[in-house]
Amino acid sequence: MLTKRIIPCLDVKDGRTVKGINFEGLADVGDPVELGARYALEGADELVYLDISASREGRGTFTRLVSRIADRVNIPFTVGGGISSADDAAALLDAGADKITVNSAAVRNPGLISAIAGRYGSQFVVVAIDARRGDDGEWHVTTHGGTRITDRLLLPWAREAMERGAGEILFTSMDHDGTRAGYPCDIYRSLASSLSIPVIASGGAGSPDDIADVLTIGGADAALAASIFHYGDITVSRLKSCLAARGIPVRI
Amino acid sequence: MIAIVNYSTGNIRSVENALSRLGAEWMLTSDPAVIRSADRVLLPGVGHCGEALAALRATRLDSVIRDLRHPALGICVGMQMMCRDTSEGDAQGLGIFDAHVRRFDPGPADKVPHMGWNSIHNLEKGLFKGVPGGSYVYFVHSYYAHLCPDTIATARFGEREEMFSAALKYENFYGTQFHPEKSGSVGETILRNFLEL
Repeated sequence: MLTKRIIPCLDVKDGRTVKGINFEGLADVGDPVELGARYALEGADELVYLDISASREGRGTFTRLVSRIADRVNIPFTVGGGISSADDAAALLDAGADKITVNSAAVRNPGLISAIAGRYGSQFVVVAIDARRGDDGEWHVTTHGGTRITDRLLLPWAREAMERGAGEILFTSMDHDGTRAGYPCDIYRSLASSLSIPVIASGGAGSPDDIADVLTIGGADAALAASIFHYGDITVSRLKSCLAARGIPVRI
Repeated sequence: MIAIVNYSTGNIRSVENALSRLGAEWMLTSDPAVIRSADRVLLPGVGHCGEALAALRATRLDSVIRDLRHPALGICVGMQMMCRDTSEGDAQGLGIFDAHVRRFDPGPADKVPHMGWNSIHNLEKGLFKGVPGGSYVYFVHSYYAHLCPDTIATARFGEREEMFSAALKYENFYGTQFHPEKSGSVGETILRNFLEL
């Protein structure tokens, strides 16, 4: 049976992991390769690395880092942050990334999704969508970390991304991100039922029950989380045991 | 020495890296002489099966692969290419495995591609030595091979739990629909088994 996936997300700045707790036996939590390998060993199903470097030098460092991750990590990993052309994506593919994720750049230029998927296949393209629920009750797509509201709505944009060749949709509610108060399961359910590609839930998890809810009530295929792992609230293996106890199929 | 067949521009970095992690010596090549003389041959594949077959035929490597006497392993689309035919691009395959490749017919709640970790069952020794039934491996595919006499591992898709071939074997030829190079320690065991066959 196909399992629900648990995906730790690592933010990387100038080649170093930004957040991360001191795992026992792990010399350098700041090393994204070591931290990723540790998560893989604990049972993470995939990894996501997001480059939050602001400088050109930082981005060059990231590409070299992707190559080191590919050498070491034996599970699939996705990379993103600042990809704005098919050539940017190609450089990361060549470095060994299994998938890339695009966000604001795809909203600005939806043709980017078709360009990358056309060259490298849908399985390589994860479209990340950040959205907020407006006063009108609709979910509005935002860019630049939720700071800019666009005139696009979540469901039509997700469908367009899928039709343009996205292999997966990674959706974050900017109203819930960082609150640790749980996910908006109703909108995840609408998204999952209106798409024929997997949906990854992100942003808002405070407990294993929140993740269990979004994978069942919300119908999401995978959950991505950062803080609950990095700050040591719960390990990947403990989380998976909790999910299994609730009858959710996970790889243990 | 392991020859990784180089017939197109697909991403084969992950296969190279997995072999390197096992300490194996490999060479990425499209030279028929090197492929024929290699101890092991790996046929990777990502993307469109019909186009991959056309690329393989354009380099005349199809007959080189069919005539191999040493163990050869096709991964994902590499395995599909070794089947009789595929509906992806309506192409004739290499005809090594007695299976047809067809697109998944998803139910209302099913997602295609079949992507993620799924359990494999009915495992035949040899390639799966030391791998317990029910182990999880990583799949990414929209087309699948039917069950056939060459099936040496099975998995199930979707709410109808339809069984398909997760791996195939015919004489010295092996194929996995999943990606052993991305399947953690289970995948490493399977690749090591292939190297030690």
